[in-house]
Amino acid sequence: MGLVSRGTAEAGLGAASAVDRPGPPDAVPDPIPTPPAEGADPGSSRGPGMVLKAYFPTCCASADSGLLVGRWVPEQSSAVVLAVVHFPFIPIQVKELLAQVQQASQVGVTVLGTWCHRRQEPEESLGHFLEGLGAIFSHKPWFQLCRERGSKSWSCKATRWQGPASPAASGEDQVMLIFYDQRKVLLSQLHPPAALPDRQAGDTTASAGGLAAVFDTVARSEALFQSDRFDEGPVRLSHWQSEGVEASILVELAKWAAGPVCLLLACLLSLVSAASACRVFKLWPLSFIWSKLSTCEQLRHRLEQLTLIFSTRKAKNPAQLMRKANMFVSVLLDVALGLMLLSWLHRKDLIGQLADALIPVADHVAEELQHLLQWLMGAPAGLKMNRALDQVLGRFFLYHIHLWISYIHLMSPFIERILWHVGLSACLGLTVALSILSDIIALLTFHIYCFYVYGARLYCLKIHGLSSLWRLFRGKKWNVLRQRVDSCSYDLDELFIGTLLFTVLVFLLPTTALYYLVFTLLRLLVVTVQGLIHLLVDLINSLPLYSLGLRLCRPYRLAAGVKFRVLEHETGRPLRLLMQINPLPYSRVMHTYRLPTCGCHPQHSWGSLCRKLFFGELIYPWRQRGDKQD
Amino acid sequence: MEDEQNFSDICGGRLALQRRCYSPSCLEFCLSCPRITLRSLTAVTCTVWLAAYGLFTLCENSMILSAAIFITLLGLLGYLHFVKIDHETLLIIDSLGIQMTSSYASGKESTTFIEMGEVNDVVINEAIYMQKVIYYLCILLKDPVEPHGISQVVPLFQSAKPRLDCLIEVYRSCQDILAHQKATSTSP
Repeated sequence: MGLVSRGTAEAGLGAASAVDRPGPPDAVPDPIPTPPAEGADPGSSRGPGMVLKAYFPTCCASADSGLLVGRWVPEQSSAVVLAVVHFPFIPIQVKELLAQVQQASQVGVTVLGTWCHRRQEPEESLGHFLEGLGAIFSHKPWFQLCRERGSKSWSCKATRWQGPASPAASGEDQVMLIFYDQRKVLLSQLHPPAALPDRQAGDTTASAGGLAAVFDTVARSEALFQSDRFDEGPVRLSHWQSEGVEASILVELAKWAAGPVCLLLACLLSLVSAASACRVFKLWPLSFIWSKLSTCEQLRHRLEQLTLIFSTRKAKNPAQLMRKANMFVSVLLDVALGLMLLSWLHRKDLIGQLADALIPVADHVAEELQHLLQWLMGAPAGLKMNRALDQVLGRFFLYHIHLWISYIHLMSPFIERILWHVGLSACLGLTVALSILSDIIALLTFHIYCFYVYGARLYCLKIHGLSSLWRLFRGKKWNVLRQRVDSCSYDLDELFIGTLLFTVLVFLLPTTALYYLVFTLLRLLVVTVQGLIHLLVDLINSLPLYSLGLRLCRPYRLAAGVKFRVLEHETGRPLRLLMQINPLPYSRVMHTYRLPTCGCHPQHSWGSLCRKLFFGELIYPWRQRGDKQD
Repeated sequence: MEDEQNFSDICGGRLALQRRCYSPSCLEFCLSCPRITLRSLTAVTCTVWLAAYGLFTLCENSMILSAAIFITLLGLLGYLHFVKIDHETLLIIDSLGIQMTSSYASGKESTTFIEMGEVNDVVINEAIYMQKVIYYLCILLKDPVEPHGISQVVPLFQSAKPRLDCLIEVYRSCQDILAHQKATSTSP
């Protein structure tokens, strides 16, 4: 039943109640009546003859007559035609060429049959000659593909020779012609369907069958396509040919230079990473600071990315290559955006303006906070607070703000220089600059964080005290050993003191709760701003831009599968199908090629967040590397 | 070669089932959904615009009217491009596979091709939909690990939702081809 509900959920159909599973049509139960044996029934009137599939490249459709060269896949009874060998040829040389290709590509390339393209009047002699070729190149089903003068009439015969001496005793099979674009199939990368996400790892063996075999054959026999159209070799072939590489000098230079440059950069990067792994940085206060600053996280991530990009090891499989390219484009875009930001900042001397504006803004924030505290110390929103506690708390926070303002004023002469240096870090990328911005916000709102922590601690203390006293009130206590609430008989003195304390706490709770509420809201505001910056950084870090661009400009490169179109059909002729590449949807491109980020996942669900806020536990927006696993 | 029959969907709308038989081993079913009617289009547009005029008289801000126009246009475009399916096609090719195509009203096509090696069976299933029980045709996919297990159920004709008589028609033809496929795959 679980199986059915999965299917119906996909259909949007609600829960299924039952499965009718009629097997073969002769054993169909109610409500599907048994189909009457009609004359129109095509399946039963014919014997179980094999349907052979011939995959034929569209580029060979206009080639001259010759031999079909390709691979025979016996499991699916399909023949993948790779090229056409033209007349005249010497059979020994063809066999030699095929042996070479077979050795280079590990694909069993053989002569599959003959190809006859009738441009002029039908030549009777050619037909006999082509039939005779079957005796030289023996292949089990011998294909005889023929194209008439009009482009639409094709004919195909597949003959199974029982023996070379008795061609009369041969059986013929049905043939289905499937045209494919050799270039697209060669270049495309087939993605197995995401139907079984839990079995991604062991999928490679399962996908080797079916159409994947066709894709694999075409991709591996690239050695066959290397001969050029203008080569005057012993054997003339017709297959897909590239139209030549544009800007080839640049490409060659880049290829030539890539190796040494990568080696040099890899050496530099290893030096940098060795320096960052130095023991001085691992001492206690420093390592604590590093782990809390998002800039350090981002820099570490960037270092890992660059190490991967410039590593001299070759990418093993297309997925790794794609990942490298994605990372490269993402870093490039990041640095380009960072440089744009830098030039924008420097063109109008915005850094100086920013530094001038920063102190007044900090002052203004502090002033607003003072006003807020004064309002809280009076009768906020008409609430009557405990006056003594209110005054104590308010003065404490006011003193804190005073400290903060003097600290900022002490810093003010250096701020412009600090900002200028920070601005230079945008050369490393926009993400680094954004992380630094997030850190600066965190540092400048440190007083808000302190207020929040004090408020939260006080509130937490009160809540815990109240909860344990409430248990005392009911004659119960928390058993630490058994981790449960047990009943307990208290003395009269204990009960009296407990009740007194409970009353005091209850009456002081609103004052603390108000302070806690106000500072938590301020803190949440800061955390939201930081979270938005981190989201932006993660977006830039994880966007697979190269794959998306490939999907946009060359949709056939990332194939989700294939689709077939039935071409115009005449009775008595073989069925002709056109195989096209079905491109991967954008959502799956995003899903498959998403780059790993530095692990900024929301640690809490909304429910646990609210719970923590209610009980006064501290919430941290800091990224913690250790939390990535859960 | 090609014949057309009329059926009705579960809500009573008219459906046209075209059956094209290219060869004994290749069959195509095309199920055309009812087209978008002028009446419903007018009704939706009028409702949106009347609501916009109501808001306009309350707030006296002409932004609301232009927003209503944009919402109507974008909604219509989105509906035609992503939601409204014009016809659904099922192409069964013996020994090759089953291909499902949904053509949207804007011309967009989304195609899924399932190889014959993965198909276990094609069955008619029952499901509870809103307040009624409906039938639908679905393809059962083989589990690559267990040869007789079923890994997934792929429903067919999801947007048209034809009635049982139409489904039986398609089902019989599918079973013919599947039976032939099974006979040939076991015989050698």
